[in-house]
Amino acid sequence: MIRAIRACKTAAEERAVVRKECAAIRASINEDDQDYRHRNLAKLMFIQILGYPTHFGQMECLKLIASAGFPEKRIGYLGLMLLLDERQEVLIDLNHSNQYIVGLALCALGNICSAEMARDLAPEVERLLQFRDPNIRKKAALCSIRIIKKVPDLAENFINCAASLLKEKHHGVLITGVQLCADLCKVSSEALEYFRKKCTEGLVRTLRDVVNSPYSPEYDISGITDPYLHIRLLKLLRILGQGDADASDRMTDILAQVTTKTESNKNAGNAILYECVETIMSIEDDGGLRVLAINILGKFLSNRDNNIRYVALNMLMRATTLDAQAVQRHRATILDCVKDSDASIRKRALELLYLLVNENNVKPLIKELIEYLEVSDQEFKGDLTAKICSLVEKFSSEKIWYIDQMLKVLSEAGNFVKDEVWHALIVVISNASDLHGYTVRALYRAFLTSTEQETLVRVAVWCIGEYGDMLVNNVGMLDIEDPITVTECDAVDAVEVAIKRHTSDLTTKAMALIALLKLSSRFPSYSERIKGIIVQNKGNLVLELQQRSIEFNRILQKHQKIRSALVERMPVLDEATFSGRRAGSLPTAISTSSGAPSNLPNGIAKPATAPIPDLLDLSSDDVPAPSSSGGDFPQDLLGVDLLPTLAPSGAGKPPKASTDVLLDLLSIGTSLPVQTGSSASDILSSSQHDKAPFANFNGLASLSSHSANATSPVNAAPMMDLLDGHGPGPQKPEENGQAYPSLVAYESSSLRVMFNFSKQPGSPQTTLIQATFTNLSSNVYNDFLFQAAVPKFLQLHLDPASSNTLPASGDGSITQNLKVTNSQHGK
Amino acid sequence: CSFVEHRNYKIVYRRYASLFFLVGVDNDENELAILEFIHLLVETMDRHFGNVVRFFTMDCFSNPFKCELDIMFHLEKAHFMLEEMVMNGCIVETSKANILTPVQLLEKT
Repeated sequence: MIRAIRACKTAAEERAVVRKECAAIRASINEDDQDYRHRNLAKLMFIQILGYPTHFGQMECLKLIASAGFPEKRIGYLGLMLLLDERQEVLIDLNHSNQYIVGLALCALGNICSAEMARDLAPEVERLLQFRDPNIRKKAALCSIRIIKKVPDLAENFINCAASLLKEKHHGVLITGVQLCADLCKVSSEALEYFRKKCTEGLVRTLRDVVNSPYSPEYDISGITDPYLHIRLLKLLRILGQGDADASDRMTDILAQVTTKTESNKNAGNAILYECVETIMSIEDDGGLRVLAINILGKFLSNRDNNIRYVALNMLMRATTLDAQAVQRHRATILDCVKDSDASIRKRALELLYLLVNENNVKPLIKELIEYLEVSDQEFKGDLTAKICSLVEKFSSEKIWYIDQMLKVLSEAGNFVKDEVWHALIVVISNASDLHGYTVRALYRAFLTSTEQETLVRVAVWCIGEYGDMLVNNVGMLDIEDPITVTECDAVDAVEVAIKRHTSDLTTKAMALIALLKLSSRFPSYSERIKGIIVQNKGNLVLELQQRSIEFNRILQKHQKIRSALVERMPVLDEATFSGRRAGSLPTAISTSSGAPSNLPNGIAKPATAPIPDLLDLSSDDVPAPSSSGGDFPQDLLGVDLLPTLAPSGAGKPPKASTDVLLDLLSIGTSLPVQTGSSASDILSSSQHDKAPFANFNGLASLSSHSANATSPVNAAPMMDLLDGHGPGPQKPEENGQAYPSLVAYESSSLRVMFNFSKQPGSPQTTLIQATFTNLSSNVYNDFLFQAAVPKFLQLHLDPASSNTLPASGDGSITQNLKVTNSQHGK
Repeated sequence: CSFVEHRNYKIVYRRYASLFFLVGVDNDENELAILEFIHLLVETMDRHFGNVVRFFTMDCFSNPFKCELDIMFHLEKAHFMLEEMVMNGCIVETSKANILTPVQLLEKT
């Protein structure tokens, strides 16, 4: 039958043959054919190995076991072990007179018995442990192991027997006896104690005998007598010696002897040495043996055989915890192993190296690792990059070194770098204010050479956008830099390349758009060209890009005056908070928590705790401004999400300036020209915190007249989010006179909202707002609903609107009155 | 390197011409010892079948096809042998004589 199966050329043929065979077997089972039963079962086993289901043969197994002949029993038990698992019931004949049969039964039990079976049969097995035949004894011993594993309570019964097994002469029994003791110790601590006291001496003696024993043909393996016994004994000694100084003392001699006398040119010898070293590492020892052990490991490391090196690396990882110094000596070799051609060795070596790094050796090590990064293959690169990045972060003493290394990593393997890593990099860059010029120039250079690394492009684009003027004017040159002339044109070119590349993904393109906007302000002469580039994305199919380009275009066209204010330098991102955020998982930063990290590069709204720079998730930045009074204003009405572009906040303003920065498009809310800066209605969101006045909003539009001195605490942030340029007065508390010009609260291509303010004489805390809605699109708006929300200290009263339908194209308008009362007026 | 790590255990393998022997062990096990064990197994089978793999040298290459066939056609014998050597994951017997005695006994009957 086997021949037939092997002769099949295709899988389908094979299936057909097997099916036929199975049918034949089933038929013969049904006929209760005695003679061929064992042959059938053998066939079944073969079929099972090939992978076909063979459940119908299980009863046959049982019948076979029950039959009297030895071969049948044999095959029956074999079938039992292969085809069944421990859940099945089994006929056991442990009491049979034929020792081989008993052996069989023990085998079966040993391999597959269940807890109940174990309980029932434990006394039998115990009895057999003292049987005269060594074969039975050894099998009984292993059976006991299984029983103990299944039913740990029975362990006590076996302790004595096990101890006597240790005095055996027969190697087979000895090995299994040792194994039994080892497992007993693992399972029960009193067994451990018992063995420690009574048997350590004996074990040591046995080991010595084995080591010194003359050549014995039976057990010899490449010149060493029974290395397996060696190894088992060593393992047991390890268990006994762990944590116990006394026992360890008694072992030191023999361990030293084994270590020195075993020859290591054969694998068997090496195996023993390996076990020995492991034992030495685990027991309590003063140091002499340890030195010996580490020397051996060193020898292993320089061995040409891969297996040995692997094993050595493994052990060294453990040794590092015990004795780091000694391991440091082998650093060079380990570094070589990282570059080895074998994948397992590389992985191990890298992990070991990671453990070895400390402040002294980090710089040369990282240098080597980065060099290797260039030539390593793809699967390894990911691992390597992650390790390098974390090492660099942990041990970076100076920012400039950190930035340098990260740049190199990005240029090599930017695509493997995780998002948090480059976020962190940007945070660091923004904090190292003296290095801005250097960084941007370095990035520019790197960008020119390696444009396929996405992360590098992103970071470069961000920096060019931010510090473009430094790039062009060679600001802040450090001595080590080579001079480089970059014209404005080049800078714009670079960003343009980033946009146009077809491999750039969404994040990169979005970042590039913002960078362009920033550049247009920093390089005013290039505005036109930049506008041209931006405009090309107006029709982009991706919403994000299209939206950005349209909005930026508007800014460029109509709001020249505020542009510079818009795109001023970002405030320094607070590193401490940033790393705090990374460590814990804080909710997204929209809440009033301070934290400049939420200011992460343009529109990357969430801190690194969020998985992806959330350029796309615009509205979520704004709407869940939970603590602040998130406006309820129907976003879909506006149909425009707000871009959380950065809001300039002057140079490094306190972190409180954070959240609203994200929220509003241009952070241009108008503060209502009401005194004490109460916010009438926060249309979209506002944050409430005191803010230092934004000093440098110059050249702003009309409402800049409101930038008066702040005497009363300001409450509101930008209340309304505008697209049109209106001064971000919000930060400025108003202290003005009585004239309250009307305000365009919102304007887009489809809708304009105007607020007219007035106060009733005699109740200064109440403001009356008349809102006028004009429809600028050509569609009629039905069911127009305006909602407003205010912070807690204000009370809002909305009168019903004049109508629900807003005719198209400004033909008519809806008015609605709002009354806002400030309970904290004057405070 | 003959060791591969997979999930939380290791695989130790040894190649003899076209035959691969793989052993899965947990992380505590001595890998070099397992390598030796594989070799011991191969030698035992060799002794019994007469031609499994002869010291994994030239002979093996001359007769690769027959090596696996021996194991394949006498699968149960290979299993018996393995049973004598390993039980429940522990090495029982390492002496070839002791291992082969029961197996040969079966063939006589």
